[in-house]
Amino acid sequence: MIQSDIHGETPHVGTQDDDLIQLLTVTGERVHHQTYSSRVAHLDTEALEGLYRDMVLVRRFDTEATALQRHGELGLWPQCLGQEAAQIGSGRALAAQDHVFPSYREHGVGWTRGLDLRKVLHQFRGEDHGGWDPAEHNFSLYTLVIGSHALHATGFAMGVQRDGDVGTGDPDRDRAVVAYFGDGATSQGDVNEALVFAAVNDAPVVFFCQNNHWAISEPTERQSRVPLFRRGSGFGVPAVRVDGNDVLACYAVTQEALERARSGGGPTFIEAVTYRMGAHTTSDDPTRYRSRAEEDYWRTRDPIDRLRLHLVAEGTAPEFFTALDAEADAYGEQIRDYCRSIPKAESSRMFEHVYAAEHTLVESERAWFTEYEAGFATEGAQR
Amino acid sequence: MPKYLEFRLPDVGEGLTEADIVAWKVAVGDVVTVNQALVEIETAKSLVELPSPHAGVVSRLLVESGATVEVGTPIVVIDTDPDGEAEPDGASPAVASGSGGSADGDAVADDETSGDVLVGYGTKHAAAARRPRRAAEPAETPTSQAAPSPQPAPAPAAPTPAPPSGPAPVSRPTAGVSVDAGAAAPSSTVLAKPPVRKLAKDLGIDLNRVPGTGPGGIITRGDVEAAAERSEPERQASYPADDRPWLDGGVVSADGRQTRVPVRSVRARTAEAMVASAFTAPHVTVFQTVDVTKTMKLVARLKEDRDFADTRVTPLLIAAKALILAIRRHPTISAAWDDATQEIVYKHYINLGIAASTPRGLVVPNIKDAHRMNLHELAVALGDLTATARAGRTTPAAMSDGTVTITNVGVFGIDTGTPILNPGESAILAFGAISERPWVHHGKIKPRWVTQLALSMDHRLIDGELGSRVLADTARTLADPAQGLIWG
Repeated sequence: MIQSDIHGETPHVGTQDDDLIQLLTVTGERVHHQTYSSRVAHLDTEALEGLYRDMVLVRRFDTEATALQRHGELGLWPQCLGQEAAQIGSGRALAAQDHVFPSYREHGVGWTRGLDLRKVLHQFRGEDHGGWDPAEHNFSLYTLVIGSHALHATGFAMGVQRDGDVGTGDPDRDRAVVAYFGDGATSQGDVNEALVFAAVNDAPVVFFCQNNHWAISEPTERQSRVPLFRRGSGFGVPAVRVDGNDVLACYAVTQEALERARSGGGPTFIEAVTYRMGAHTTSDDPTRYRSRAEEDYWRTRDPIDRLRLHLVAEGTAPEFFTALDAEADAYGEQIRDYCRSIPKAESSRMFEHVYAAEHTLVESERAWFTEYEAGFATEGAQR
Repeated sequence: MPKYLEFRLPDVGEGLTEADIVAWKVAVGDVVTVNQALVEIETAKSLVELPSPHAGVVSRLLVESGATVEVGTPIVVIDTDPDGEAEPDGASPAVASGSGGSADGDAVADDETSGDVLVGYGTKHAAAARRPRRAAEPAETPTSQAAPSPQPAPAPAAPTPAPPSGPAPVSRPTAGVSVDAGAAAPSSTVLAKPPVRKLAKDLGIDLNRVPGTGPGGIITRGDVEAAAERSEPERQASYPADDRPWLDGGVVSADGRQTRVPVRSVRARTAEAMVASAFTAPHVTVFQTVDVTKTMKLVARLKEDRDFADTRVTPLLIAAKALILAIRRHPTISAAWDDATQEIVYKHYINLGIAASTPRGLVVPNIKDAHRMNLHELAVALGDLTATARAGRTTPAAMSDGTVTITNVGVFGIDTGTPILNPGESAILAFGAISERPWVHHGKIKPRWVTQLALSMDHRLIDGELGSRVLADTARTLADPAQGLIWG
C-alpha cells in the first residue's frame, strides 16, 4: 500500500485504488487502514445515513441549479457533480470555529457549514457579488479567480496564529483554516506562494485540493509530472493522497490535517482524487475533449452509490431511501421557487462591502451613481 | 383557467446571442414534467438539451426545427393548468413569460428585470427603454449616430452592393417563423434613415442588397426606389408555386426565382474545411477500375452468415477492410502535414473516416483504431457510425483525429469523383458505383461486377508512387478478397 509520504511511505504515480487512502471501496465495503480507520470508528449507521443524506441533497441542489441555468434563470452554473464525497467528508470534519475559503464549486462544503445553499444562486443569477455573510458560518464567499484565495486563507491562518487561537489545547478555541481549490489551481503562482508562506510560518491551514482530473479541458497529466500531493514535500508541507470519492476517507484525512493545524503542527496538503462528472460550467461541452469511456468508468465510482451499497448491506431500511427521495423532491421545488423569486438587486449595492469602514471616494461615487440612475428613471416614466 | 407560460430561449453559454433549434423532443399536446427535455439546441459552443421549466401541457411550439433563434425569443408555450376552467368569455388567453418578461393579468409580475438575456449580463432590452438625461449628452445628429466608421471615405459603406441584375430577397409572410426571423433581423452595418428603412420594409426591399449613394454610403429614398424598380420586371414566376421557399429557413427573392438559405453550422464548417483543404494541400488523384465480382460473392455469403446477422454487410465494408490492409502494407500514407512545425506526423493507427450525408449536412466521423478491428467489429462500428450520423448525434470527438477517409459516392449511382481531402488527413478514397459491365475474364468477354476507385492524396507528403501502391493493393483485395488472408 503506497499512499502517502506523511507516514514514511514512498509516493507513487497513478490513480489506482492502491495508491489512495481508502476506507470504503467502490462496492461499498469498509476496509481497514492502520492510520485512519480509528478516525471513523465512532461513525455509527445514523451518522453514515447523515453523510448519505448530505450528499444526496447537495446533488439535488446542484442538479436543480444546472436545470435552472438551462431554464434561463441563472447566467452560469459550476456543477459539483461527482465531488460530493470530497466536499461532504472534509466539510463534516470541520469544527464550528474553523474557517473555509472555497473556490466556486464547493456547494457541498457550504452545506456542511450550515449555509442555506439557495443563497449561492444570487451570485449566479447576477444579483449579488456574494450572497451570504462569510462571518455567519465561517465560510468565505466563492472565489472565481483560480487559486487566489489560497493566499487569503494562508494570511487568515497567520492571523489566527497571532490571535493566539492555535495550540492552546482548548477544543473550542483552536482554529484551523481550509482552502479548497482544484487541480488546475496547483499550477497557479498564488497557490505555490501560499504553500511557501504557510510552510515557513507553520500556519494552521489545510490545502484541500480536489483533483477532479480536468482543469476545464486540460487534463491533470498535462499539468504535473508527479501526483499533485507530492507538490507538498517540496514546500515542506506534509501531504496525503486520498480517494476523493470515499466520504469516510476524506473525513479521516481532513480530521487529521485539521488537528495538526489547530495544535500548531502547521499546514497539510490533501489531494482528494475525484472526478468532475459534469461539465466545467454550463458554458462548457466536455464531449469535445474527453472520452465517453472515461466518463463511464467514473460513473461506476460514483461517491453516492458506494455509500448506498454499504448502507443497504448494513441493513438500512428501504423507507429511509424513499423518504430521502421525497425530501429531495421537495427541496428541488423550493430551490426553483426561491430562484425565480430572487429580487432584482439595487445597483447601488455594488458599493457596499468594498471597504470595512466608511470611504470618502466610494461614498462620492455612490452619490454620483444614485443621481445618474435617478435621471434614467425619471425620463423613462415620462415616456 | 388555463395558465399559459412562455419559455424564452436562454443563453446557455456566457454571452451567446442565438442558437439553432435542432430537434423538438415534445409535440403539442404532450404532458411534460419539470426538467423533462423539451428541445435540443445547437449553439456556437455545444449541443444542449433544454429542460422544461414548467409542468403542464405543451400548448404551442413557436419555432420550427432548423430555425436560428435569437436568445430571448419565446420558443414554446406551456399550459401549466390544463384542467382549469376555461375563461368565462373566451377572451384570448393570457400568456406570461416564464421568467419575468411581459405578463398579462395576475400572472407572473411584470417588471423590467430582464431583456433578451434573462439573467446576468449580456444584451438587455430593459436598458433601451431608458434614456440618459438630455443634459448628459450633446444634441444628436444623424451623422454622429452613424459614426462607427471613422474615415469619411467616399466609397459606399453598404456591405455588398447587389449586382445590377440581382433580385432583392424579400420575406414571404406565409413562410413561417424562421423566414420572418431571417428577414426581420436588420444588419447593423446598413446606413439608412428611419423613413427610408420604413419605405424599404413596405416595398419588401432588403437594404443589405441596396447600394447607398448618399454621403458616407447612406442609402437614400432614391436608392430604395431604384432597387424596387429593378426587381419589378423580374417579378413573374416562371412556373406555378415557385415563389414559395424550397428549403426550410429560406427566403425567396422578390421575383420568386431564387431562395436564399442562411449558412448554418454544419454547412459553414464543411465550407471552411473544404476551402482550407483544397487551397493548402495540393491534391493529386489516381484511378483504378476493378472487377469486384468476388467481393460481391463474399458480401452475399456474409449476409447469410450467422455471425454477421446483427450487422448490415455492404460492399463498403469490404472496401474499408481492403483499404485498411493496403494502409498496413504502406503505413506512411497514414500521415499529416503539420505546417506550423514543418513536420510530417506519421500515425501508427488508422482512424478510418466515413463521409456521411446527413439531414444536417456532410459530416465525417471516423472509426477509431479501425486497424485493430476484425471484419465483424468493423461492420458493427460502421453501422453505429452511420446510425449516429443520420440521427445527427455525431460528436466533435468522433470527427477529430481522422487519418484516412472513404467517401462512398457509389451509393448515388455514379462511377467516381475526385474527392477533396478531409483537413488534417493525407488520403481519401472514393468508392464508385458497382455495376455489371462487359469485362474480359479468362480470355472471354463476360458480364462482371465492376467498380471504379479514386484515391486523392496530399502531394506535399505523399508521392504518386505511394498513393498508386495503396490504391492498387486496395483494388487487389477487392478483386480477390482471399488476398486479405495473405496480407491480413
